[in-house]
Amino acid sequence: MAWDFEVVEFPPADHVAEGECAPDFERPLVNDEYWEDAALSDLVAERPVVLLFHPMDGSFPATYVWKQVREREWRDYDATVVGVSISTPYAHKDLIEEVGIDHKLFADPGNGVAEQFGVVNDLDGMAGVSEPRPAAFVVDGDRTVRYAWVAGEWPEFPPYDEIEAAIEDLV
Amino acid sequence: MSDSDPPITLYRLQACPYCERVVRTLREHGIDYRSRFVEPMHSERNAVKRLTGKRTVPAIVDENTGVTMSESANIVDYVERAYGDGEVA
Repeated sequence: MAWDFEVVEFPPADHVAEGECAPDFERPLVNDEYWEDAALSDLVAERPVVLLFHPMDGSFPATYVWKQVREREWRDYDATVVGVSISTPYAHKDLIEEVGIDHKLFADPGNGVAEQFGVVNDLDGMAGVSEPRPAAFVVDGDRTVRYAWVAGEWPEFPPYDEIEAAIEDLV
Repeated sequence: MSDSDPPITLYRLQACPYCERVVRTLREHGIDYRSRFVEPMHSERNAVKRLTGKRTVPAIVDENTGVTMSESANIVDYVERAYGDGEVA
């Protein structure tokens, strides 16, 4: 049977796995009012962190993911939920406002954080542009990855229930 | 965010010469500071307005002294008085 649409399968990713130490990084972290440099190690020192890698701001998956996070009220967890995309701080501020995001977003135009986590997606048809694959990592206070999910196909959305279970194990 | 946070926070706008003047002064005095970047649109700078009563940048907050101020000339004067020539505020 022939499909008339194409779901792209990603090759296997050699990504940071559960039980491993999450690589530390520092990037501009954007809220609804300003941005300043912040390191993952600073965030985990306060509470567990959920890192959500998503496609560039303006793409429909970026909007869908943050709408889901809003509807599921992840802001009520005693955990810091942060996004990572290749978009600039200016674009992040617009997305935060348009979607009503209650979380901060890391700006990583060079896609280096996705490289550190092993979740790079080289975009077909956008020469020279790579961004993260959709991925989620739940990281504890020792920066140990307690839960990891990386998209195996494109598009694919995070398993929100599994992520919630991983957060609830930690808080 | 962490214990090692610098006491001075500089609210700045990318490519704003007045902000760069403050940066140069802070660097000349070897003062550690943290940068918070705001938007070009004045109406979107409520974080700055809550601090100084105005939406202009540059603006600084110095937790060492409790001083909050805006206007680059004022800030440069303040930094030189507080941290210049070995004086400590």
